[in-house]
Amino acid sequence: MHLDHAEGFPQRHTYSAPLRTRPDGRRRALRIGLGGPVGSGKTATVAALCRALRGELSIAVVTNDIYTREDAEFLLRNAVLPAERITAVETGACPHTAIRDDISANLEAVEDLEEAVGPLDLVLVESGGDNLTATFSKGLVDAQVFVIDVAGGDKVPRKGGPGVSTADLLVVNKTDLAPMVGADLGVMARDAAAQRGTLPVAFTSLTAPDGIAPVTAWVREQLAAWTAVPV
Amino acid sequence: MTAATHGERRHPARAALLVLADGRFPAGGHAHSGGAEAAVKAGRITGAADLEEFCRGRLATTGLVAAALAAAAAAGVDPRALDDAADARTPSPALRATSRRLGRQLTRAARAVWPSPALEELAASRPRGAHHSVVLGLTAAAAGLDPLDAAHAAAHESVSGPATAVVRLLSLDPFHATAVLARLAPQTDRVARRAEEHALAARTGGTSALPAASAPLLDLFAEDHAAWPVRLFAS
Repeated sequence: MHLDHAEGFPQRHTYSAPLRTRPDGRRRALRIGLGGPVGSGKTATVAALCRALRGELSIAVVTNDIYTREDAEFLLRNAVLPAERITAVETGACPHTAIRDDISANLEAVEDLEEAVGPLDLVLVESGGDNLTATFSKGLVDAQVFVIDVAGGDKVPRKGGPGVSTADLLVVNKTDLAPMVGADLGVMARDAAAQRGTLPVAFTSLTAPDGIAPVTAWVREQLAAWTAVPV
Repeated sequence: MTAATHGERRHPARAALLVLADGRFPAGGHAHSGGAEAAVKAGRITGAADLEEFCRGRLATTGLVAAALAAAAAAGVDPRALDDAADARTPSPALRATSRRLGRQLTRAARAVWPSPALEELAASRPRGAHHSVVLGLTAAAAGLDPLDAAHAAAHESVSGPATAVVRLLSLDPFHATAVLARLAPQTDRVARRAEEHALAARTGGTSALPAASAPLLDLFAEDHAAWPVRLFAS
């Protein structure tokens, strides 16, 4: 019986998020997860981030569709990245399982992308549209964004839940629709602050020119912190 | 020998088998239906009774083969020879790819959960993934389990995957789906014991001593399913 490796570091076998390097010793890409309810604008946020950052960064995207390829095909149709930089993970009707309880398929996808088109600076892992409790495992991503929208009701921040309360960045999207759906952005900001303490909140309207700017700025901060740590 | 050590020898690692066979073991199985999604769409599974027949067929064919491969790997038969034997026993290219993908995901989990030199060697010789059943057998051995345990884990998985998937696909009553697995338990035990016999024979007789039962409809369904543009499960 060989259990002589048991005292070692399991993450060296899994190359999951706690490990900052790839098998060859180079720094791996920063991994940012994007979750949130159906229709809140996760894929649009990913597309806008890619457009804003692809000139300066080497980016890849992993999608976790409920119906397999819808989000990946949206990104392909809109040509935000070359096809070889986008991978769809199939989730067996359980998108939250694939990003939290069993991250093995997503880790495969991230590593395959780094092998195929790397070195990469940034991998965006988009969850399938799910509920307010869906969060990413720390074994998969280094930081996570939770995307909600004003059309889902201005009470969503008050309801809280792990996504709203603990995500590293809360994005409140579609602010342009606020007057039409009777959403009070002030209430949303106040409730979000009550749930999140000092964690940041970004209000976005992706239909406006450079409406993604607050999220882009946050991603740049994360990357600066990531690359500042020596490997 | 005292009664306590005797008991220990008979059941060296029962709890480890529960960990390995748990449907929540994080090795990617949740995204696969074992052919059930295609069978549901073809109208061949419409409820618990059909599910039971589907599982009975799967258990007796690909379930037995997977259990024998897993048991042989746990019994110390050369895993690379078993990997080739698994290829030869998996006619559908889509299912070969699925099995290797799941094997790679299980390797990732197993290397973190039960690190062992045998898993390291297999991962190095099959970087794109070895067949799932072979990895399952090596994982069982790394967890201190014996060939019969490995066979049980593989046989159980061959029916638990479709049963869970059908609960999601048809909104089947989960009590009824689990009752199907309970009714199949005696057959699952028999398949595991047969698989162990094959595995022990393969230790001296080589991989030709392993069963080669196949399920042509599962192969055809798998090829069809792999081409669907919209589906809930990866296989």
